[in-house]
Amino acid sequence: MMTFRMPRPLRTCLLLAALAALPVLAVPLAAPAEDKAPAPATATTTTPATATARDVAASGRPAFTGAGGQTVMEAPAMPKDVTDDRRRPRNYPEQPPVIPHSVVNYQLDLKVNKCLTCHAREFTGDSQAPMISVTHFQDRDGQVLGAVSARRYFCLQCHVPQTDAQPRVPNQFQDVDSVIRGAHPEGKGDK
Amino acid sequence: MGLLNRVFCLAKAAWAAFNRPAAHLGIGVLTVGGFVAGVIWWGGFNTALEATNKEAFCISCHEMRDNPYADLKQTIHWSNRSGVRATCPDCHVPHNWTDKIARKMQASKEVWGKVFGTVDTPEKFEAKKRELAEHEWARLKANNSLECRNCHSAESMDITRQSARAAAAHQEFLFTGRQTCIDCHKGIAHRLPDMTGVPIWTMPAHAAGH
Ligand code: HEC
Ligand code: HEC
Ligand code: HEC
Ligand code: HEC
Ligand code: HEC
Ligand code: HEC
Repeated sequence: MMTFRMPRPLRTCLLLAALAALPVLAVPLAAPAEDKAPAPATATTTTPATATARDVAASGRPAFTGAGGQTVMEAPAMPKDVTDDRRRPRNYPEQPPVIPHSVVNYQLDLKVNKCLTCHAREFTGDSQAPMISVTHFQDRDGQVLGAVSARRYFCLQCHVPQTDAQPRVPNQFQDVDSVIRGAHPEGKGDK
Repeated sequence: MGLLNRVFCLAKAAWAAFNRPAAHLGIGVLTVGGFVAGVIWWGGFNTALEATNKEAFCISCHEMRDNPYADLKQTIHWSNRSGVRATCPDCHVPHNWTDKIARKMQASKEVWGKVFGTVDTPEKFEAKKRELAEHEWARLKANNSLECRNCHSAESMDITRQSARAAAAHQEFLFTGRQTCIDCHKGIAHRLPDMTGVPIWTMPAHAAGH
C-alpha cells in the first residue's frame, strides 16, 4: 500500500503558514464582542429630571458620569491655556487677576520663584510686567514688609491661567456695575 | 646608472632592515607596526570619544540618571510639539574638536568625583547642585550660549510668531547683544537649585519662612 508522504520542507512551510494564520482566525472571535456593546443611552434627549441634568442639557455639551447619573459619551479635547498676553478685566476688585501668559514649567518652590523674576518690584522695568500690588507685601496684620509676604509667595494659589474650555454649565454671574445699572437704569442711580 | 644604484642600495638596506633578526625589532617593523598601531589607536580614540558622547554613556552613572536626567524628562527639551529631543551632549559637550578634548579632561574629574563619591546620594547632589550649575552657567555665558545656538539661532527667530513677552525680551536684550540665552533661560532643562544671590533670581530673604 502506498501512502502519500509530504516532503519535509513542504510540511514545515505549511506548519509555519498555519501558525502565522492563527491571529487572523482570532479576529472574528473578537469582532462580535464589540457589536454587543450597549447602544448609547437615548434617554438624554427626553426632558431631564434633575436640575443638574437640565444645566447639562442647556450647556449643549455631552453628559458625563455623575451629571444626573447619565452615561459617559465623549471626552472633549484637552483645553488649551489662553496665552495671548492680554490682561483680563477682573470680575470684582478683590479678584486675583488671571494669568494671560504661559506658565508651563515655571518653577515655583521653596528654592525658586520664577514669577518674581518679572513681577518683583525691582525687575518690572526690564520685564514690563505689572508689579505685585502692595497687598502682596502685607503680612496678616496688614504690616507692609520690604518684600513679598510669605502668604503671597505661592502665586499659583490665587492666580491661575485660563483655558479655552467652554463652561459645562452656563454662568449667570453679573458684576457689580451691571447689577447697579439694572437696578437704576439710565443713570438714575447714585453712581 | 648612479640613480638606479642608489635606489637598489636603498631597497637592499630596507630589505636588510626588515629581515634583521627578531632579537632586536627591525626598524621597518617598528615603522609599519607603529603606523598600523597609530591608525588603530586613533580610530579607537575616536570611537571612544564617540561613545562617551552619547546620552547612554552619561546616564550610565546613577548620579546623572537620577538627577539631571530625571529633571530633563519634565521639560520641553524632552518632549514638545516639534518632536526634537535634546540629549545631554547637545547642551553639554561642544561639537568643536579641541573644545571636546578639553571637556573630556574635565569629565575625567567627574570620574574622580564618582570615585570619591562627591554626589553619590540625592542629598549630596542637591547640596552640590548650585556649584555644578554655576560651572555650566559660566561656560555658556563665556561661549555666548553656543550649544543653545546650535539648535536655536537668533537669526532664524521670527519674533512675530513669538509670544509678546518673548518678542519684547528678545528684541530689547538678545538682538542688541546685551544678554545671551543663558542669562534669561536658566533651568530650561533641569530643576534649578537654590537661587539666592543669582541676578534677577534673588530671593527675598524672609520669603517662604526663611
Ligand atoms: C518673563 C516675565 C514673566 C514671568 C516669568 C511671569 N510673568 Fe506674569 N506677566 C508678565 C507680563 C509682561 C505680564 C503682562 C501681560 C502679558 O504680557 O502677558 C504679566 C501678567 C501677569 C498677570 C496679569 C496681571 C493683571 O493685572 O492682569 C498675572 C496674574 C501674572 N502675570 C502672574 C504670573 C505668575 C503667577 C507667574 C509665575 C507662575 C508669572 N506671572 C510669571 C511677565 C511675566
Ligand atoms: C493669597 C492670594 C494671592 C497670592 C498668593 C498672590 N496674589 Fe497676586 N493678587 C491677589 C489679589 C487678590 C490681587 C488683586 C487685588 C490686589 O492687588 O491685592 C492680586 C493682584 C496681583 C497682580 C496685579 C497687580 C496690579 O496692581 O495690577 C499681580 C501682577 C499679581 N497679583 C502677581 C502675583 C504674583 C507674582 C504672586 C506670587 C509672588 C502673587 N500675585 C501671589 C492675590 C494673590
Ligand atoms: C562616571 C560617572 C559619570 C558619567 C559617565 C558622567 N558623569 Fe557627569 N558628573 C558625575 C559626577 C560624580 C559629577 C559631579 C562632579 C563633582 O562633584 O565635581 C558630574 C558632574 C557633571 C556636570 C556638572 C558640571 C561641572 O563641571 O561641574 C555636568 C554638566 C555633567 N556631569 C554632564 C555629564 C555629561 C553630559 C555626561 C555624558 C557625556 C556625563 N556627565 C557623564 C558623574 C558622571
Ligand atoms: C537643553 C539643554 C540641556 C540638556 C539637553 C541637558 N542639560 Fe544639563 N544643564 C543645562 C543647563 C543650562 C544647566 C545649568 C543649570 C540650569 O540652568 O538648570 C545644566 C546643568 C547640568 C548639571 C549641573 C547640576 C544641575 O542640575 O544644575 C548637570 C550635572 C547636568 N546639567 C547634566 C545633564 C545630563 C546628564 C543631561 C542628559 C540627561 C543634561 N544635563 C541635559 C542644559 C542642558
Ligand atoms: C537639540 C536641540 C536643542 C538644544 C541644544 C537646545 N534647545 Fe531649546 N528647544 C529645542 C526644541 C526642539 C524646543 C521646542 C520647540 C517647540 O516645539 O516649541 C526648544 C524650546 C526651548 C524654549 C521654549 C520653552 C517654552 O516653554 O516654550 C527655550 C526658552 C529654549 N528652548 C531655550 C534653550 C536654551 C537656553 C538652550 C541652551 C542651554 C537650548 N534651548 C538648547 C531644541 C533645543
Ligand atoms: C532678556 C532675556 C532673554 C534673552 C537674552 C533670551 N530670551 Fe528667550 N525668552 C525670554 C522671555 C521673557 C521669553 C518668554 C517667557 C518664557 O517663555 O518663559 C522667552 C521665550 C523664548 C522662547 C519661546 C518662544 C515663545 O514664543 O514663547 C524661546 C524658544 C527662546 N526664548 C529662546 C531663546 C534663545 C535660544 C536665546 C538665545 C539665542 C534667548 N531666548 C535669549 C527672554 C530672553
